[in-house]
Amino acid sequence: MELIMQPWPWYISGPLIALVMFFLIFSGRNFGMSGNLRIMCAALSGDKACDFFRFDWKAQRWNLVFALGAILGGFVAAEFLSTETAVAITEGTIEKLTQYGFTDGGNAYLPEQLFSIESLSDPYTILLLAIGGFLVGFGSRYAGGCTSGHAISGLSDLQLPSLIAVIGFFIGGLFMVHVLFPILF
Amino acid sequence: MKTLKYLLTGIVFGIIMFKSEAASWFRIFEMFQFDSFHMYGIIGSALATGVLGIQLIKRLKLKSFSGEEIIIPPKAKGWKNYLFGGILFGLGWGLAGACPGPIFTLIGAGFLPLILVLAFAVLGTFVYGILRPKLPH
Repeated sequence: MELIMQPWPWYISGPLIALVMFFLIFSGRNFGMSGNLRIMCAALSGDKACDFFRFDWKAQRWNLVFALGAILGGFVAAEFLSTETAVAITEGTIEKLTQYGFTDGGNAYLPEQLFSIESLSDPYTILLLAIGGFLVGFGSRYAGGCTSGHAISGLSDLQLPSLIAVIGFFIGGLFMVHVLFPILF
Repeated sequence: MKTLKYLLTGIVFGIIMFKSEAASWFRIFEMFQFDSFHMYGIIGSALATGVLGIQLIKRLKLKSFSGEEIIIPPKAKGWKNYLFGGILFGLGWGLAGACPGPIFTLIGAGFLPLILVLAFAVLGTFVYGILRPKLPH
């Protein structure tokens, strides 16, 4: 139990993620979280706006249930399976974060500056979160998948399109953190 | 019964996302700084297990739980949508520090601003659907 309450090491977490994927594959499904965003668009009457959302989303309700589970899992992990949720990032990272004004590196799970309720009273923070979310949704659908669909499922099946997508993920992420962060923060 | 199965699998996935710290904005920033092996270890070991398992499924022609043939649909050919979409996704991943799985998990963990991120992710998906015919694929 003590071990479960600690942060889980990568060599446990990674294979467990693959096991989740295999469980879905053996259930005749596939592992892809961003598919839920498209399902939500369809369920919210997006089918009236364009063809892309005209599909039998009810056949993929299992994925929405899976996403609901992911929400509940976050609750269970944070409430019952953690003694300490501060993320022990490296000293070098903490230093770099301080330069951008993030002072709680190493002491929190998420930076308060962006993800505390109080932060939502700052229009600039709202703008950043909105842009981030928008790009995640737009980009993952344009690329046909996100980290689960491409980096885990697609690459596990050695698919070239997924490799291209993952290279794109890193080009975008590196550009954001190294080029845009100094401007944004 | 089936619903419960996917709910439980989702709960397990959410717990893994949170406990592995893959849902932490700090870990994503650290990954893009190449300061720690942690995130690369998670993705790498998930992939190693995944590649091995998929090869076993294909070579041993393993059947699904319900006894059907397992078909893993290949992604459509091309590169533009994967590269351009991937870059846009990466920009969002770096900024919001969360990909779609962790967005759900963090809402459950009580970080309510992620509801805003989710709402705009749905909006982004919707706008993609509208612009799709005009975008290079």
